[in-house]
Amino acid sequence: MKTLVEAVNDGLHTEMERDPSVMVMGEDVGILGGVFRATAGLRERFGSDRCVDTPLAEAGILGTAVGLAMAGFRPVCEMQYDAFSYPCLDQLICHVGRYRWRTGGAMEFPITVRMPYGGRVRAPELHDDSPEAYYVHTPGIKVAIPSTPADAKGLLAAAIRDADPVVVLEPKLIYRTARGEVPEGEHVVPLGSARVARQGTDVTVVAYGAMVAVAEAAAERADASVEVLDLRSLKPLDEGALLESVGKTGRAVVVAEAPRVAGFAAEVAAVLAEKAILDLRGPVVRVTGYDVPYPYWTIEDAYLPSPERVLAALDKVMAF
Amino acid sequence: MRASMRVEPSPAMPELRRVIGDGEGHPDGEVTGLDDAGLLALHRSMVLLRTYDERSLTYHRQGRIGTYAIFWGTEAIQAGSVHALDEVDWVFPSYRESAIGLLRGMAPATILAWWRGHPAGWWDPRERRVASICVPIATHVPHAAGLAWGLRLRGERGCAVCYFGDGATSEGAFHEGANFAAVMDAPLVLLCNNNQWAISTPLAAQTRAAALADKAAGYGMPGVRVDGGDVLAVYDATRQAVERARAGEGPTLIEAVTYRMAPHATADDPSLYIDEARVEEERRSECVARYEGYLRRRGLLTDELAEAARADALAAMREGIAAAEALPAPDPALVFDTAYADPPAQLVAERAELLRLLSEDGR
Ligand SMILES: Cc1ncc(C[n+]2csc(CCOP(=O)(O)OP(=O)(O)O)c2C)c(N)n1
Ligand SMILES: [Mg+2]
Repeated sequence: MKTLVEAVNDGLHTEMERDPSVMVMGEDVGILGGVFRATAGLRERFGSDRCVDTPLAEAGILGTAVGLAMAGFRPVCEMQYDAFSYPCLDQLICHVGRYRWRTGGAMEFPITVRMPYGGRVRAPELHDDSPEAYYVHTPGIKVAIPSTPADAKGLLAAAIRDADPVVVLEPKLIYRTARGEVPEGEHVVPLGSARVARQGTDVTVVAYGAMVAVAEAAAERADASVEVLDLRSLKPLDEGALLESVGKTGRAVVVAEAPRVAGFAAEVAAVLAEKAILDLRGPVVRVTGYDVPYPYWTIEDAYLPSPERVLAALDKVMAF
Repeated sequence: MRASMRVEPSPAMPELRRVIGDGEGHPDGEVTGLDDAGLLALHRSMVLLRTYDERSLTYHRQGRIGTYAIFWGTEAIQAGSVHALDEVDWVFPSYRESAIGLLRGMAPATILAWWRGHPAGWWDPRERRVASICVPIATHVPHAAGLAWGLRLRGERGCAVCYFGDGATSEGAFHEGANFAAVMDAPLVLLCNNNQWAISTPLAAQTRAAALADKAAGYGMPGVRVDGGDVLAVYDATRQAVERARAGEGPTLIEAVTYRMAPHATADDPSLYIDEARVEEERRSECVARYEGYLRRRGLLTDELAEAARADALAAMREGIAAAEALPAPDPALVFDTAYADPPAQLVAERAELLRLLSEDGR
């Protein structure tokens, strides 16, 4: 049994062992082993050239990763927290997602960016964001979000081995509370494969990251038979699994803690509107955060999707 | 040709300015601008900050505030600089200077509420000319540059001081803000708390510059290096920088050299990366005791005055935590209520929907 963050650590050890071109870089990832200990032990085992404490500069981290990739490395960049990744967006949008295209496909940029994300950790401002939409919306970038320890290891391995840049968002709320069996040694969960977390027949709740547990808690209490689909990968999106589940249940609720407007839940709803309209027996309902800055922590629970809010959405869809 | 590419060796390390002596070989100096009352007021400010910090750590351990960024040992940097300002001047704190508003009359309860994740901890920056606490590293440097530039454009007398750490000087935002301030002749004091650590990253892994003050040369502004544990040295350097700023001569970078004498924050375990013996040694020469020694040598500080400063600060903190804890739980409607002047209709509808759901829950 491992926690989610231990599984990330295991995945990094395994991939660095397997491929000497993999290097980990970021703020405090070396001697400290990361503020969440995700990179603990890497520096001792692989040396300070392969597990690098960088200057405090996110644009610099990702920008030099582009150059390191050109020099033949597979950089795995840690952003210390979700909101502290924002300085790197300039590099991500202008270069990381475009450089392969700019070379006519001649050059690969196998860069991984991983970061803890999400709220409910009772932290000061800007330690709680869910920035997946910024990343998913960037052409050339893939995005994965695990909700279990095994997937945290497997998706990270897939990201590191992928020829394209991948952002892996790790739900920090469940870093230490999500525990599960994690395969020893090499373990890859391919990008673009969703996971049915719970079988059901009446309605599909689509979720990812820490919201999978919220969806499951609502499913427990619902009168309807609820299927929970854990997307695991936002881009590429497993449309097959999504359409299959909704084809079976005919109803869908999408749960995400990020702000609603133009968030990833909207993308899921749009795919269903385009490709499953004849299967749908009601509107696709979103349960999300709101179009406001993430609130101070005494009222963050009101902002976050709760089982109650998911249940209200399920009632609405079932009653339609 | 390689020979023509030879660069001059970097300038010698700028002198580390000190005013306070050691009571033995090194004599005490003098600063202009502080009379006896001013010197004692400065002491009270340092004690207030020290007490705030020590009580906050206790409150954190008691579960009464959340994660807290300890600033023990940097009271000289904060108080020394603020005392060199006028009320018209602006202060831009980072999380490390969370309590600097105390020196402008802000209630301890306000700042404690911030660390309790309560909306009462958010203030109107214009009230005391104290900007919001900046959490993302260095991103407030351009704000301070812009504010200072704006003051100049409006022909106002004020200037601004922006606080940031050694690690912050690696961020693009620091560079852009510093350069803007210089180009716009902004009346800005860039005050770097060089505690030689950015969480677990030592200064040597942050920069190859011999001194952070040297960076000023690249922006065409003066760079000054002071002993950050010497409150009078910080005061004096800030006073001179403010004078320059008011005279229209633009920004100054002050590097206040100190050492991080506490964990980065309450969640940090420095035993993994720091030499604890060094920390202990630094704590022995901490700034409040050094200044008290100075004041006593000048015959200004008595036991009674020192005791009164502590007692008053403690009373303010007791009152502050009681007031912070007495605040009612915030209205969840506040999730929605301050982000827009004119909220989009969709958000207004979502607000109503959530409040209905929460009230049903409560039933
Ligand atoms: C943009 C950004 N990146 C990372 C962080 C996480 N972080 C918080 S404090 C800190 C170290 C800051 O070091 P320094 O600038 O020296 O200030 P100090 O904490 O030592 O006062 C880091 C990396 C952050 N807050 N913002
Ligand atoms: Mg520092």
